[in-house]
Amino acid sequence: MSNPALNETFATTSEPAPMLEVTNLTKHFTLHGDLVSRSVGRTRVLKAVDDISFVLRPSETLGLVGESGCGKSTTGRLITRLIEPTSGRIELDGQDLLTLSGNQLLKMRKKAQLVFQDPYSSLNPRKTIMQILERPLVVHKLATGWSERRERVLDLLNMVGLGREHIDRYPHEFSGGQRQRIAIARALAVEPRIVIGDEPVSALDVSIQAQVLNLFRELQEKFSLTYLFIAHDLSVIRHISDTVVVMYVGKVVESGPVEAIFSEPQHPYTKALMAAVPVADPKSPPPRLTLTGEVSSPIDPPPGCRLCKRCPIATPNCTTEPPPLRDFGGGHMVACHNA
Amino acid sequence: MSSPLLTVEDLTIRFHLKRGSLTAVNGVSFNIGHGETFGLVGESGSGKTVTARAIMRLIPMPPGEVASGEIHFEERNVLQLNDEEIRDLRGRRIAMVFQEPMSALNPVYSVGTQIIDVLRTNLGISKAEAKERAAELLDLVGIPSARSRLNSYVHEFSGGMRQRVMLAMALSCDPKFLIADEPTTALDVTIQATILELIQSMIERFDMSLLFITHNLGVVAHACDKIGVMYASHLVELGSKDEIFANPQHPYTVGLLNSIPRLDDQQRYLTPIEGSVCNMLAPPSGCKFHPRCPHAMDVCRKTAPAMREIAPGHISACHLNDQS
Repeated sequence: MSNPALNETFATTSEPAPMLEVTNLTKHFTLHGDLVSRSVGRTRVLKAVDDISFVLRPSETLGLVGESGCGKSTTGRLITRLIEPTSGRIELDGQDLLTLSGNQLLKMRKKAQLVFQDPYSSLNPRKTIMQILERPLVVHKLATGWSERRERVLDLLNMVGLGREHIDRYPHEFSGGQRQRIAIARALAVEPRIVIGDEPVSALDVSIQAQVLNLFRELQEKFSLTYLFIAHDLSVIRHISDTVVVMYVGKVVESGPVEAIFSEPQHPYTKALMAAVPVADPKSPPPRLTLTGEVSSPIDPPPGCRLCKRCPIATPNCTTEPPPLRDFGGGHMVACHNA
Repeated sequence: MSSPLLTVEDLTIRFHLKRGSLTAVNGVSFNIGHGETFGLVGESGSGKTVTARAIMRLIPMPPGEVASGEIHFEERNVLQLNDEEIRDLRGRRIAMVFQEPMSALNPVYSVGTQIIDVLRTNLGISKAEAKERAAELLDLVGIPSARSRLNSYVHEFSGGMRQRVMLAMALSCDPKFLIADEPTTALDVTIQATILELIQSMIERFDMSLLFITHNLGVVAHACDKIGVMYASHLVELGSKDEIFANPQHPYTVGLLNSIPRLDDQQRYLTPIEGSVCNMLAPPSGCKFHPRCPHAMDVCRKTAPAMREIAPGHISACHLNDQS
């Protein structure tokens, strides 16, 4: 709403209302430092997520990609309100998420569920699969009585490709891939509209990763789910996403339809990211880094572009002026002065 | 042709655990020539790291046991060296880089102290000389203002820089053979690219051979000349990089290559390998891959396939090869 330029690019007449709309979302962590800095009131600010906006349409997948520390997981947590944003607006299924509390918030949470990276730490080792999967049903009062919940849990297991015999087992009896299926079943238990996957396949072996990616896709087609898929692996993002948002140190540097981003990347950071991926084909060009230096720090970042010190095409204004997102056509937005 | 630098012959390693006996490496054979780069690929638990550690004799015994096989390095049987001889081999002839530099380096000593320690122990040089050489090494692996960073501790370096420190330490005694165990797995893709480039240039500069362990097929496609694919303790396929990628023979290798989402071609669904990796405490009979194999036949359930040369230098362990 507060960003007309963005709305214009994404909204064409025939399109449905967005499932998720994030506008100027910002999360700053204040670092208080040691006793001396604190006593003189000197604090530093870590800008984990800095004024990002994007739109996610129903039944589509938005891939959020970037390297460690770019703010992609923080974004996922903000959207589910596991942490509170500093400023900005999150609209989920037409409702402003940030004004809700108590029961209303619980109701909204039913619409957005999370799947985490590590299926070893996200499942309680002391609970059986039945206990793990019936919990959301109890919390959201979706099934009354044990036998109804049991029926429902069996359905869920079936949905993610696990047999009924698994229901009374404990998480340690499962492999990583199976555990991730259980985590997905838990997310789906409340029939959410949107599933946020925070690196949900990164901890899995390649052959298992492909199974879980297929499961995500199958479930999306079956239940018209909307996905926000957070990952650092570009080939995974390319495979699963309809729209891609590339983040670098708290900022969106490029976003747009998956084809545009991958076939015509415009931002020097996106280009560098793609050139660095080793492709499983000896005939492809070897991976290389087209940037200099290391990832910039999100603590008290410079006023201009976050990439300016590493960028091969930086000009003097890059260090002082933050580049705005410019439209390159078809919703392909790029935040670079020189692209 | 001169004899290879490293020969691993029918290596079998077992671990005797409370829960039972587990064969981590089963009849693995391969060799690595002078200046050759060999990539060992496989999923978690396939036995790649155990194989590498056995070459350095770093398998704790017990519970480990080398049930059979021989490892020859520079024509010496590694498994029969005494403690002094093996210490001489480690570091000076064979060096190793690990996945987690944070846990492989000591957090309470500065990196300078640790490198100097390695140099003095192995080369017996003076402290001043060692310090000089340590600074040169850090500079060589691309650490900016190397001399002053000698006094830094591990936590003061980023992940990529830590891996550079590890590499500097590995190179300190001019080894002939480098084992890199998932050196880039914990790193971001842009950092990975720089570390791979660095390893490549160091291999050339020091005229070393390389054993590169990874689960990432993209990485081996660029970092290695020869590739070995491991599955559930067996080496299932071995061949030149071009052969493995263009003409994979073992159904597991084929499955693995099909599982990767590609940046270039777009299909809605991937082709995964069905099922999951077998329990190594109770492995299936015959070929370990048969429960997941789309071509499994009766013979696969009964007998384990032998390694068979299907093209010069291209070896695969699959019963499908017997028929043709």
